[in-house]
Amino acid sequence: MADTRDIELTVNGESRTARVETRTNLGDFLRHGLNLTGTHMGCEHGVCGACTVMVDGEAVRSCLMLAVQANGHEVTTVEGLAEDDGTLSALQEAFWKHHGLQCGFCTPGMLTSLSAFLRDNPDPSERDVREAISGNICRCTGYQGIVDAALDAAKAMQKGS
Amino acid sequence: MAVRYLGAEVQRMEDPRLLTGHGRYVDDITMEDILHAAFLRAPMAHAKIRSIDGSRAAALPGVHRVITHGDLGEKYSHRMNQLYPAPVIDQNKTQYPLAKDEVCYVGEAVAIVVADSRAIAEDALALVDVDYEVLPAVVDVMTALEDDAPLAHADTKSNLMGQMRSSFGDISDSFAKADHVFSAAFMQHRGGCHSMETRGVIARDDPWGDGLTLWTSAQSPYLIRRALATWLGESEERVRVIAPDVGGGFGPKAGFYPEEAAISLAARILQRPVKWIEDRREHFVSTTTQRDQHWDLEVACTSQGKILGLRGKVTHENGAYIPYGILLPNSSLTPLPGAYSIPAIDVTVDIVFTNTVPNSPVRGAGRPCGIYAVERMVQVVSRELGIDPAEVRRRNYVRPDQMPYETGAKLRGGDPCIYDSGDYEALLDKVLELSDYNGFKERQVAARAEGRYLGIGVSSCIEDTGMGPYEGTTVRVESSGKVAVRTGAASQGQGHHTMIAMIVAENLGVKPEDIMFESADTAKFSHGVGTIGSRVAANVGPSAHDAAFQVREKALKLAAEVLEASEADLDIEGGVVRVNGAPDVSISLGELAVQLTPMSAMRVPTGFDPVLEATSFDGSSGSPIACGSNVAEVEVDPGTGEVKILRYSVAHDCGVMINPMVVHGQIVGGVVHGIGNALFERMIYDDQGQPLTTNYGEYLLPLATEMPRVDVTHMETPSPLNSLGVKGAGEGGTIPAAAAIVAAIENALAEFNVEIDYYPVDPQMLTELIDAGAAQAAE
Repeated sequence: MADTRDIELTVNGESRTARVETRTNLGDFLRHGLNLTGTHMGCEHGVCGACTVMVDGEAVRSCLMLAVQANGHEVTTVEGLAEDDGTLSALQEAFWKHHGLQCGFCTPGMLTSLSAFLRDNPDPSERDVREAISGNICRCTGYQGIVDAALDAAKAMQKGS
Repeated sequence: MAVRYLGAEVQRMEDPRLLTGHGRYVDDITMEDILHAAFLRAPMAHAKIRSIDGSRAAALPGVHRVITHGDLGEKYSHRMNQLYPAPVIDQNKTQYPLAKDEVCYVGEAVAIVVADSRAIAEDALALVDVDYEVLPAVVDVMTALEDDAPLAHADTKSNLMGQMRSSFGDISDSFAKADHVFSAAFMQHRGGCHSMETRGVIARDDPWGDGLTLWTSAQSPYLIRRALATWLGESEERVRVIAPDVGGGFGPKAGFYPEEAAISLAARILQRPVKWIEDRREHFVSTTTQRDQHWDLEVACTSQGKILGLRGKVTHENGAYIPYGILLPNSSLTPLPGAYSIPAIDVTVDIVFTNTVPNSPVRGAGRPCGIYAVERMVQVVSRELGIDPAEVRRRNYVRPDQMPYETGAKLRGGDPCIYDSGDYEALLDKVLELSDYNGFKERQVAARAEGRYLGIGVSSCIEDTGMGPYEGTTVRVESSGKVAVRTGAASQGQGHHTMIAMIVAENLGVKPEDIMFESADTAKFSHGVGTIGSRVAANVGPSAHDAAFQVREKALKLAAEVLEASEADLDIEGGVVRVNGAPDVSISLGELAVQLTPMSAMRVPTGFDPVLEATSFDGSSGSPIACGSNVAEVEVDPGTGEVKILRYSVAHDCGVMINPMVVHGQIVGGVVHGIGNALFERMIYDDQGQPLTTNYGEYLLPLATEMPRVDVTHMETPSPLNSLGVKGAGEGGTIPAAAAIVAAIENALAEFNVEIDYYPVDPQMLTELIDAGAAQAAE
């Protein structure tokens, strides 16, 4: 029989409990266990960054972390980035405005990676932003719209704070 | 006057959903009783299957069934159909959904395990026992046609799948009267799909209800419906194919795959829905790729650099099967003679089997290869004659006064290739200005003084876009006043919803947010073709425009009767028909729709058909030819062979732009794909046909840190071939990129006499070329 554990964690501010197979990675658990399908599995070997979520505020590849390792931790997925009333975050707004997404598949990982990055680096250069997403692959945009969005969001967040 | 949307930078209507994690990709869809499949794939490039025993796998708890070719039954024992039959295919080889008795590439599907979870299905793969007899494999396309080369299939007479030729003008005369003939040979390697979403399929079979339904991450749901129904021997009415949100396509998702047939049968056998999600390694070994094409060309020219003719031979690697007809070699030849007026061309292509994953178009299909070939020969002329590369191009362009210009080449459907509009020299001037081309020499000298090596490269391209025959649209106003818009065209991120909503909103006089858009579901629109070859804007655009216009006419005609006004005095804005000069007199489109859709015993207004609806298949009356000129400025470190792109400039003309923001995104993304081809993406096989690059540590995709900021400027020369004046934009960034970058690298390393005959250009190759050049100079 499959080896399972009971876990308790906070996902997007909500407390969740679940019984998971020990081999299930966090991304698969979020997607198929909690039906939070906004987190996307792109390569399942830790390179493309599409599955990035925030664990205790840090950007983490959910394909490289087991669900059991999230026990007792706080996880934020793309579904948790907008305000409770549905208002987009400054970064999401900027992605929309700057055409920072096309097919949308890498977008959740880009948003979570950059949310963590901009919180810690409120005034980044273009080079900084490019470094920050160097672990996130986008096949559609050529990155330019994403970089522009991040720089614009940083400005908007500074004004707003 | 109606609100103008066309030409405005409208933010995409798709985005709020995708930005908040509410997209709906195949793997996001689930249903009661769903089972999960994994494929057992061939571990060697060529082998006979002596036997398969799935009993140990079937015994694993949670496994429902192991399915092999032998389990499919007589009815489903045949090979898949050729999607694009063509007379030049001499040896037609498509594959079985599950291999019968021979495997011909690493990754070919051999068996399916269906289980309660994907993890259990994958566990069970290791328990399927297959007895293989290994056969010799042919891998290198350049030796595959030699007499003693192993055969890619046990029963083919040679590895030559077929031959084709593009020939026009008097080639002997061109070469006889030339002042110079120069030659060059080079290999072009283009990588794979690498959409961030891998492929994936859900099949559900409901024999007493809906029939077979397939949700698949695909570019061409209607092609799949037809191919699957044909293969199953059933009516297309009983097969429904839906492409939900698709996470990138880029060509390889445009075909019909063995997995789509096999998963359909698994669902049929088990009478439960079955899902298969490709993992990334499978993507490397089972999703079609483009790979190797070798060109060996001669160019005839005058001493002034006027090109008179081009001739030679192409060797095209097609992989183990030919699922996709000759689309790729064909689209490599169509763009010859590029942006230039070259009176004679004679190029033949050998299409060759190898024991590698089958071949399909990747962004641009063969166009990047054909354009690269022409641009390389222009570069050779420039170098040999000592004429500036921009100037050589200037002397050879097709001029606006020559348009419409019939090149002599043929489009895929056999029609002549005719350049409809454009000013290639003006486009060159724009990109030279944008890139400060004239200031480059100074930058280069200054950098050299610091020990840095800068180079610049120019390339120009044409792109045949908008291939027909159509991609229809239905526009229907409902009683709520909302407007249902449906088309067959699947989107993989191109923003079709926004584009079509803009067109319908402007022509019908409604708000874009009142448009309910649906696409890529064969049950919801009668017929479609597919999202390939930069064709959607030039086909759906006109059909959406026309359907909206027809609905507008019908609404105005009825409103004129109801409001007792002249049609000429009516206008529609925000979904309401108003009488000019009488602001209180109005009727909404929703109310008009109700009058045209009465319930029982009521009457449809005399002289009208029911339903405020129209369907149009208006498209383009030929292939609109887009064009572009690019300039790449690079720095090369001769010590390490590292190439940095310092600046990348694009001047592009895709006719009238519907949404410039979306066009810009297509161009920049396309350029980066082209940079990937030029510098990074390489699918490597060893001499036994084992793939060596099957993850993103080994196969390099362009990353944000290596990519330059791409500067883009546009011209808008309307196409005379459709009602909107539009041309396709999806591939115009990719097509000329490799040529500009390779030329720039050579320019940077001119003092080492570096001539590049292969791309992607990697640091090791460059340092070897530099060392060889330096050694030669020392002699």
